[in-house]
Amino acid sequence: MSSIISISGVTKTYATGFKALKEINLDIERGEIFALLGPNGAGKTTLISIVCGIVNRSSGSVTVDGHDISRDYRAARSLIGLVPQELTIDAFETVSATVNYSRGLFGKPPNKDFVEKVLRDLSLWEKKDSKAITLSGGMKRRLMIAKALSHEPRVLFLDEPTAGVDVELRQDMWAMVRRLREDGVTIILTTHYIEEAEAMADRVGVINKGEIILVEGKAELMRKLGRKQMRLELRAPLAALPESLSRYALELSGDGNQLTYTYDNQSDRPGVASLIRDLETAGVQFRDLDTKNSSLEEIFVSLLRQEP
Amino acid sequence: MNLRAVWAIYRVEMARAFRTVLQSIISPVISTSLYFVVFGSAIGSRINEIDGIAYGAFIVPGLMMLSLLTQSISNASFAIYFPKFVGSIYELLSAPVSYLEIIIAYVGGAATKSIMLGLIILATAALFVPLRIEHPFWMIAFLVLTAVTFSLFGFIIGIWAKTFEQLQLVPLLIVTPLTFLGGSFYSIHMLPGIWKTITLFNPVVYLISGFRWSFYGKADVSVGVSLGMTLVFLAICIAIVAWIFKTGYRLRN
Repeated sequence: MSSIISISGVTKTYATGFKALKEINLDIERGEIFALLGPNGAGKTTLISIVCGIVNRSSGSVTVDGHDISRDYRAARSLIGLVPQELTIDAFETVSATVNYSRGLFGKPPNKDFVEKVLRDLSLWEKKDSKAITLSGGMKRRLMIAKALSHEPRVLFLDEPTAGVDVELRQDMWAMVRRLREDGVTIILTTHYIEEAEAMADRVGVINKGEIILVEGKAELMRKLGRKQMRLELRAPLAALPESLSRYALELSGDGNQLTYTYDNQSDRPGVASLIRDLETAGVQFRDLDTKNSSLEEIFVSLLRQEP
Repeated sequence: MNLRAVWAIYRVEMARAFRTVLQSIISPVISTSLYFVVFGSAIGSRINEIDGIAYGAFIVPGLMMLSLLTQSISNASFAIYFPKFVGSIYELLSAPVSYLEIIIAYVGGAATKSIMLGLIILATAALFVPLRIEHPFWMIAFLVLTAVTFSLFGFIIGIWAKTFEQLQLVPLLIVTPLTFLGGSFYSIHMLPGIWKTITLFNPVVYLISGFRWSFYGKADVSVGVSLGMTLVFLAICIAIVAWIFKTGYRLRN
């Protein structure tokens, strides 16, 4: 299947001269959950805003399901739902009026049943006649999502969806995103919470200082760049590493009670077995050991460090 | 044409007027009544007729214009400034709507409200003074044309304004003085020589003069000139709006 969003050569220089995006090329595949990762100010929101039509690009082109976002903006924008970072709602409107307004704005005929379903899915149905101003922060966030879904978009942008959101709502939101994907909706989420990308995404793109520095399937990324660590709790503290173990990349903790061995988990011969043998020979005894994969967060941090 | 979007915006704008019924309908009725008590009865009883029209009746078109101008501007400027201020404008910008549709919806909403208001003031005035409308077609034409023109003007201010203070600035410092000095409460023939000439540079003079003519058949300047000036102002506003939309000025970065 062809990609649903195709971004090619997009740059953005603001009037102040600030170069927010330097030539972005990115394809989003139909039906995937794509996580755009990056530190604050990396250009995530600018990129999304350009695709959604809120910010004008300086150069380059974007198509949504084959529709150019400038020439054919009606068709392109009709397909997109956007949940921005900030909670920005007309405070004096009721929940259902707000959602119906959004639907109308996108040119869709009224559909009571659909709007009811959206509100029920987001646990907002009980509040449908309440004014937005009376809602809690979490409820307002749900209302923002309801607005974005009101016109049955095929692509959903979630800009920092779980920033400042409690655990329960976060779980609900993730469940909702998975449900939407089952219905064939493509989801693009930006986040700087890496655990979110780790839990949700099919593919991950990393953006830093206005450049996409990497796009990869999450599993491949973790496999490729992931490292494994083995930690050994020693029976007796070591003053220094024995000479016979010097060929291993070992790290001795300050108090001498812990040894950490970092190795490449893709390698055929990671050296775990031989290390344990050699430890025995050297007379180093341990009482416990554990191993762990490096998280996406560690990968992410190391990627950004490599950047000049 | 995304008519559903136009309708959605228009309806929200109208809903806001009815939600704030006290502010948008009752308060102009009260202030109009006050004008009649002060100018119509207290002062007006000491003023002879102007151009053969009783003073109380003479000020009715000017009073309507006064409210029409200020309300058109404040309705339209607030309507577009507020979503900019709270950030909810993102939705409008990301929606499949053209600039023309945005304008029709917002300006249409603002103009509808101020026309309704003008008619309410007219009805209120009818309780105080005997009215006659000699050219009802032109009365409605001036009413609609002025409401649309100044709603467009308000829309421009709303887009330009970066703060609430700026939002108030133009109506307060320019429009209100021009309206008061535009012959709402007097005929410009009553002014001394040089002021009569200066007054002719005030665009509001032409609006009020034309509007008063549609009521009583008497005008300070010829009706053709009034109509022409109104259309010129409308054209200027349309040109500015077209430029705003072409450049995305203060809407799309």
